[in-house]
Parts: sequence; structure tokens; C-alpha cells
Amino acid sequence: MISRVGQAACRQARTQLRPRAGPTPVASLSALARLLSSLAVLEQREGKLLGGSLGTVTAAQKLGGSITAFIAGGNIKAVAEEAAKVAGVEKVIAIDNVAYDKGLPENYAPLLVENIKKGGFTHIIAGHTAFGKGLMPRVAALLDSQQISDITAIEDEKTFVRPVYAGNAIATVESSDDIKIITIRGTAFPAAAAEGGSATLEDGVDPKSETSTEWVSENLAKSDRPDLATASKVVSGGRGLKSKEEFDRVMLPLADALGAAVGASRAAVDSGYADNSLQVGQTGKVVAPQLYLCAGISGAIQHLAGMKDSKVIAAINKDPDAPIFQVADVGLVGDLFEKVPELTKKLKK
Amino acid sequence: MSALRILVPIKRVIDYAVKPRVNKAQTAIETAGVKHSMNPFDELSVEESVRIREKKSYAGGVEDILAFSCGPPKAQDVLRTAMAMGADRGIHVEVKEGEEIEPLGVAKLLKAVVEKEKSNLVVLGKQSIDDDAGQTGQMLAGLLGWGQATQAAKVTFEGEGESARVLVEREVDGGTDVVRAKLPMVITTDLRLNEPRYASLPNIMKAKKKKIEKVSAEDLGVDVTKRLKTVKVIEPPPRQGGGRVDDVDGMIKRLKELGSL
Repeated sequence: MISRVGQAACRQARTQLRPRAGPTPVASLSALARLLSSLAVLEQREGKLLGGSLGTVTAAQKLGGSITAFIAGGNIKAVAEEAAKVAGVEKVIAIDNVAYDKGLPENYAPLLVENIKKGGFTHIIAGHTAFGKGLMPRVAALLDSQQISDITAIEDEKTFVRPVYAGNAIATVESSDDIKIITIRGTAFPAAAAEGGSATLEDGVDPKSETSTEWVSENLAKSDRPDLATASKVVSGGRGLKSKEEFDRVMLPLADALGAAVGASRAAVDSGYADNSLQVGQTGKVVAPQLYLCAGISGAIQHLAGMKDSKVIAAINKDPDAPIFQVADVGLVGDLFEKVPELTKKLKK
Repeated sequence: MSALRILVPIKRVIDYAVKPRVNKAQTAIETAGVKHSMNPFDELSVEESVRIREKKSYAGGVEDILAFSCGPPKAQDVLRTAMAMGADRGIHVEVKEGEEIEPLGVAKLLKAVVEKEKSNLVVLGKQSIDDDAGQTGQMLAGLLGWGQATQAAKVTFEGEGESARVLVEREVDGGTDVVRAKLPMVITTDLRLNEPRYASLPNIMKAKKKKIEKVSAEDLGVDVTKRLKTVKVIEPPPRQGGGRVDDVDGMIKRLKELGSL
């Protein structure tokens, strides 16, 4: 009950502080910041904290206000202690229950909702990953809040920026919900420093909700190469590779020569040249590496949506009119079966 | 709960091949005179539902496939398309041209329809390619308290009646996983689920005779007030592309100059 009263008081205070019109005075902005309290939802897999999910802490830092991290799963203590060291985190709520290991939204969403209500948080932030995408809308519905997906920037406590139409437009939206449910684009919010913090550990509430869904198995692509979503260099192939054998023969050595992650266009994935999880684009992964080097990719709208924020784009394609050349910083017109092996050989030197 | 009563929500969006343009007032995307079609992920949902019936994947059979759309009067076109692909009937919640109901509002409308129509399986696209929110299916599952399987790459059924289970292979980061759920449930479709059929001319003609029921949000007792205000919509900063090199050496040299190597 106390937290509910507290929450109501905060809300009232914020409403009064909100200026009627005109630019927000800086003084009241900082006053607002003190009433904000963000919950950064972290991800773990098999007892390891996923570094990529620390972007949620970075986003919370941009909002200002207090930051609590949330983590759940079996044998969570080590992960919670790791999270407590993350710079900027004040508190860590850790729920130790093996039922949350796989992050099934059916039981994870009620868990999160109970802890949000108990803690009176104003902003709930998760990554726009498979985990966040499955979980957060369910949480939002349970809290009767309209989620804001895949944000790339924060303007103030209620105003957020997000790409729409496959990144062909950038929308700024203002939320009127009391509790803001947000997923963030990983490439727009780099992970917070893993060291330097000294948060306190706190037990949360565990409603132990039943779920009618059970996790059966998984088939994850094993690779020694860097993770596609966070790699600083990405080498990507498209339909022009013609077969899986050629894709592996031509693209993988180039990736290894550069120490790059491997990506693919939808055409390459649909034709079976590369695994589904390597698809870059509107409906696959969104990447923004230092270097995105692609071969045999024409550059359809849907593909550009997933890579056009890369720092440098280099493209090899035999069609001089391919749309990819309109965004490429370095374009080479030529046969990829000749040019890519030559490039690989020269890079190795 | 023996036979399946499938609800398939579909959305009319700007065609995926069209490059969207921001309007002059920077308030929205220009939609007038632009080609529209069914959201690509929703085509997969309709196809999957029709296949469950045709392939008799579920032992209890499929009693009904109901296509739903919430949108302007022209959303009826996509409902007709769904019916030409094999949906039995349609339901249309009409909104004014240029107005859009947010995912939470749509999820609430769908919940009302599920309860009215006694649906026990809802198959949605994983996201619409205009708003790119990817929320509606999960929100609906949350509101109904049903199980959910998002980004489905494969759907199979086991058993019937009370012991019936749905196995869904899902696309997740780094690969796939499999979950097993009880009916009723919500599934959202990913691109690899199937290859949607083209509606044949006879089926398009037949679809004209199928019924579309028109209802309003008020009829369904749902408040669809917007929670988000769009402050502005802008074009993304353009990239200065077009830098060409003549050979591989030129490419390496240029990448070194740019600090990428």
C-alpha cells in the first residue's frame, strides 16, 4: 500500500511540475528527474549476464532518476552480483527461480508486473531482442500501458524517438501513460560500464504464476565469430553468392580475415545459403558496426533498414545500378567471386 | 473445445515495395495515392490458418477462420483478399481514413472479438511493416491470459481436446527454440513459416459472396483512446553514398583512410 500511495504522490507532483506551455525550465527538469525511477530489465543465459542487455542501464541514465536492475532465473546470485557492479545501478532485484530461466513471457510478465507495482517504477526498459519483444508487450497490456518499441533516442521522460516504416521515417512520440514500457534498439544505446557500481541486492516478489506453455528445446547456431548484433565489423552476403557452398567458401574466410561477424540478406537466408538468425534487415537483426562490408546484396529497403546506421558501408556488386551503391561509402563494381577472394588474400597480408 | 475457431487479424499497410515519403507538415507518412496491400506477415497468418484446415494438422478440425481488420473503409480490400485465400468470413472495425488505433487498442478489440466469437487460436503477424511495433499478439495473449508463441517458424499439433498441445518452433536470437502450449493460444508468424498462396480468380469471385460484418469499437465496448501522441515525423538523415573505387586495392586503401581497417 505504501508504494501505491508513494506512486500517486509522485505522479501528482510530476503533473504539477509539468509546465503548461513553452520550453521546460531546466530547474523543474532536474526536479522531475529525482522522481523518476527506472527498472532496467537484464537478460541472462545459462547463468551468464548478457552484456548487450546493459544498454538498458545506459538508456535509464539518459532518463535521469534512480536505476534499479532486474534479473530472474535459477541460481541467479552470481549474475545479480555482476549486475550490482554495473556503473549507475543503485539496486538490483534478483528473483532466484529456475522457472524464469527461459524467460517465458507467460510467467515472466506477471513476475515483472508484480515487481513494477511493488517498486513504483515509472519507466521499464528492456532490449528489443527476442526476449524483450516477446515479454514487454505482455507486461504493457497487463499494466494497461501503450508500449514504445525499439527506441533510438530519449528526448525527455515522456518523449521518445523511434524508426518506423523500415527506418524510412523517424517518429517522435509522447507518451501519456503513467508507467512507460520501452524497448530499446541495442545499437543506439551502448552497454553501460560493467565496473564501477556498487548496488545493493534486494529480494523481489515472486508470484509464482503458472504457465500453460513449456519450453522444449533450442537449436542455436554455434560460432566462434563475434555476435552479429554487437560486432564492430560485419561481412554480409546476398543472393549473388548462388549457393550455401559458395557462401561458406567466399564469405567465411573474409569474415575471419577481418575478425568480423557474418550476416546475410533475406534472399540468402530464404535460399538456405545462411542461417535464419543471420538475417540483417527490418525483420531480422539491426546492426550498426564500424564496418559493414557486403557482397552480392542489391540493397532493398528492408535490408537497408537493418544496416544503414553502420559507420562505413562497403559494397561489392556486379550491377552498377544496384541501390546499395547509393548508400555505400566505398563501392566496387565487379564479380564477387573474383573480388572477395582477392580482398581476403590482400587483407591477410 | 474440439474444433479450432481461428481468428486472423490482418492490417492494410503501404505496400512493402514502396518507399515511404514523409509529408510536408512532418506529421505522418504520405498515404494518399500510394499502393496499399495486406501486411506481409498477415498473409503468412492467413496461409497458415488455411493450411491447418487443408492439411488436417489438428485432429479436431477447423470449424471457422475469421479474418479481422481494424482500419479505414478500404481495409475491406484486404479482408476480401484473406477470404479469397480461404478465410470463411470477415469482421471490420472501421476507423476514419488517416486515423490509426494503437496496438493496445487493437489488442482490446481483438479480446472482445475472441470472447464474442469463441475463438481458441489467434494467428497474427509478428509486426506490421508500417509502425514496426511488434506488440499486438503479445498484448492480446496478456489480456486473455493465454499462452503465446511469437515469431513462429513451424506450427504442429499433438492430440485433441483437453490433451491437445501445439508445438511451435520460434525464431530467436542466435537460432530457434521450441515451445509446447495448450489451447487456447496466440501465435505470431515469422517470414519462414510458409509461402502464402496467390488467390485464384474463381476464389476472388467466391470471396465477394462471403460476409463482412461491420462493428465499431463502441459496439465491442472498447475504449481505444490513444496513449501516444506523434509529435513529428521526419526523414532519416541521408547517407552520402556513391563513393566508387576501381579495384580491390582501391577498396582497401579507401577503407584504411576511413579508419575501418
